Amino acid sequence: MYVAVKGGERAIAAAHQLLAEARRGKTEVPELTLAQIEEQLALAVDRVMTEGSVYDRELAARAIKQARGDLIEAIFLLRAYRTTLPRLAVSLPIDTGAASLKRRISATFKDLPGGQLLGPTFDYTHRLIDFGLTADGGSVTPSPPSAPEPSEAMPRVSGLLGEEGLIEPNPAGEAEPGDLTREPLEFPADRALRLQNLARGDEGFLLALGYSTQRGYARNHPFAGEIRIGEVEIEIMPAELGFPVVIGEITVSECEMVNQFKGSATAPPQFTRGYGLAFGECERKAIAMALVDRALRAKELGEEVIAPAQDQEFVLSQSDNVEASGFVQHLKLPHYVDFQAELNLIRRLRTRATEADAAE
Amino acid sequence: MNDLSLTDVAATPYETPLLRVSGLCKNFGAVVACRNVSFALWPGEVLGVVGESGSGKTTLLNCVSARLQPDAGRIEFQLRDGRVAELFEMSEPARRMLMRTDWGIVHQNPRDGLRLGVSAGANVGERLMAVGARHYGEIRGNAADWLRKVEIEVARIDDPPRTFSGGMQQRLQIARNLVSRPRLVLMDEPTGGLDVSVQARLLDLLRGLCSELGLAAIVVTHDLGVARLLAHRLTVMRRGEIVESGLTDQVLDDPQHPYTQLLVASILQ
Amino acid sequence: MSEGEEQTAGGYNFAYLDEQTKRMIRRAILKAVAIPGYQVPFASREMPLPFGWGTGGIQVTASIIGPNDRLKVIDQGADDTTNAVSIRQFFAKTAGVATTDRTSHASIVQTRHRIPETPLREDQIIVYQVPIPEPMRWLEQREAETRRMHALADYGPMYVRLYEDIAQFGRVTTAYDYPVMVNGRYLMRPSPIPKFDNPKMNMSAALQLFGAGREKRIYAVPPYTSVKSLDFTDHPFTIERWDNSCAICGANDSFLDEVITDDRGSRLFVCSDTDYCRQRRAVKAAE
Repeated sequence: MYVAVKGGERAIAAAHQLLAEARRGKTEVPELTLAQIEEQLALAVDRVMTEGSVYDRELAARAIKQARGDLIEAIFLLRAYRTTLPRLAVSLPIDTGAASLKRRISATFKDLPGGQLLGPTFDYTHRLIDFGLTADGGSVTPSPPSAPEPSEAMPRVSGLLGEEGLIEPNPAGEAEPGDLTREPLEFPADRALRLQNLARGDEGFLLALGYSTQRGYARNHPFAGEIRIGEVEIEIMPAELGFPVVIGEITVSECEMVNQFKGSATAPPQFTRGYGLAFGECERKAIAMALVDRALRAKELGEEVIAPAQDQEFVLSQSDNVEASGFVQHLKLPHYVDFQAELNLIRRLRTRATEADAAE
Repeated sequence: MNDLSLTDVAATPYETPLLRVSGLCKNFGAVVACRNVSFALWPGEVLGVVGESGSGKTTLLNCVSARLQPDAGRIEFQLRDGRVAELFEMSEPARRMLMRTDWGIVHQNPRDGLRLGVSAGANVGERLMAVGARHYGEIRGNAADWLRKVEIEVARIDDPPRTFSGGMQQRLQIARNLVSRPRLVLMDEPTGGLDVSVQARLLDLLRGLCSELGLAAIVVTHDLGVARLLAHRLTVMRRGEIVESGLTDQVLDDPQHPYTQLLVASILQ
Repeated sequence: MSEGEEQTAGGYNFAYLDEQTKRMIRRAILKAVAIPGYQVPFASREMPLPFGWGTGGIQVTASIIGPNDRLKVIDQGADDTTNAVSIRQFFAKTAGVATTDRTSHASIVQTRHRIPETPLREDQIIVYQVPIPEPMRWLEQREAETRRMHALADYGPMYVRLYEDIAQFGRVTTAYDYPVMVNGRYLMRPSPIPKFDNPKMNMSAALQLFGAGREKRIYAVPPYTSVKSLDFTDHPFTIERWDNSCAICGANDSFLDEVITDDRGSRLFVCSDTDYCRQRRAVKAAE
């Protein structure tokens, strides 16, 4: 007699055990420490913090370790943790102008006040796997070059252009920006909410969309006006004190794009803007975000919406990799009842079709 | 449909025009698309709006069909119960109901007025289903009747319009609109983009339907030949304003305004 | 339900969500109950289970469950499927509530893809897990437009879809997640339950709550509300029937799962609702 399969609970317990073993790998190999992940896989940590929406390097390192290096799984862990955190305060807006910069470049001018500061970038490396560098115990830390103190002021390119009136002023937003994590997103969404969505959106998705604009799907003639990576102070203003208090510092990557100029019958032409911001050194993310931000401003700038990157609903509803991963992977769950319903239907339709053929 | 603003309550339906447009203005930034446009349309009358591109005739149609909100002016329509309502003083549900039942809109490009991926029968039946028709057989029968009326083979009732020729798509668009027996139909270059012989057949059909069904219509076109064939009266637009109006034959055979004279003279006869 | 922060093992609040969030969700639920079938947007939280795996249902359950409740969780009609086990363990861990696999013993039933065969009572609540809440999503991708269509009761396009099915196949080819009209006003998606289960929603004695976590919508059908599956008067809605009965308990009125038993394609059919099947077997054994 047929006996229904049971044991789902035991299967799950066994699966968790196997996972723990796989996570550890061969026990002869030294276990990865959190400090190692934080220090030597720093860019993975930066991405997990950015898309997980929590700035905590150690926490991100834990998530990466627990997720066996699967960054989207790690981002999920961080988001789930974030849900439980109490909200103590809202900081003042960070001032990237006052950041202590480790990297600052601009593609719009050959030379500018403050100069081009390359920082620790892959940009001019030759992508040849360095077997010496990557050998165990093989990496030699070179002696650090004497870094010149950046004493000169570093005014923003957008500020310089703004003085001449060549670039649109930063569009004013609502006095109180909405909080994407507290209220469901409704369309059309204002720029503040769009930027929040993009900041925590999947880097791959934004990269592809940004790329699409460059390939002609609503091109907006971008120039990298300013890319900055540095440390900024986080300040809060407790009501009891009445003055701002610095509670810590974080590293951010910021990108200001200078885009296609626009004029109208009443206003002379000006460059337009795109903006990107990410935690840590997620420079590629910030650049892609700036391209997509500009594309999503199409309606506001009187441009025809013709490409996916300009379509608010398309971009903002599908940018979150935690949501995407969940739904794509949910196909693994049992669907046999619905499948049974479809089997019933298709068998009936086929019977009807063969009966109809036989009747002819 | 009860929250309609009442203006004139006519003594009889024939003292009030079916549609009255007064002082319509529409700008796009600094560009004046329509300036102080006024006209009236009576039941069963076909009004042609002619002019070259940039004359404002399409903007006028978009305002009258509520796709654009005018900057000034009134658009008053006489409802089936005799009351007159202003188009933009109506609630959105009331306006949408009007668009779906009492009015028809035939677009220049049939793609804009059809569901290309859905069968011809469903396209024609949609208006009926939107207002509560729930008997499949009747909906299908109605659709078949209308396909016949617009000279589309009924055997094609289950084919999607994607597989139709341009002329057939246009005829399907007409059927899709007329199934709800509208009293007013707006048409934007209904024969645009069609071969000349196909155009002739379509115009014949339109003329026949308008007269058989007593339809009032506004036909926007740059083609004076289309206007002569379909319209009882004409208005000529130039740079957003009406420069001349009158009976079709009078305007075309004896144009008064220099611009109209220019238009008429430039047709190769 | 206690007001303070009751800590369970691991330092989490009762049923995981903080009280503010539960309040927010309950407000959404109340609004949903007041407007049967209408999708209420809510600020869905990230949960420790993935989006698409029942987070909406979990958030709804977490907001209404109390220490005296008895929870049943099913997936495909069975208590023992892996995700149902996982969700039940989640609530056992974060709320410490009693759980059961008997429909008649539960005060809350959270379900994926089925309605239990045993009729529900007035003192019970059923919580459905919903992947896509919008019934017109396949006709119109844009949320802004579907919201307008609901507001104006502009449901013509939905009937066009049904018409097309009948024109092409002679019948409506939607086998599950079959759209319904709730209280004569709002078009609703019942979640991917087979259409076999649709009639159970009509005039149910129990409160029916629907949670879509990823899409961030909650909707509800209050007890004793009319729920009508869309159809044409000359092509009325019908439910599936099998030529077989359950190989275990003999039922011919329940939804049956097809099971392939050997590599030559032999198959038999058993009740999808494991609790119902077991109860019937118990009755038969007693005779």
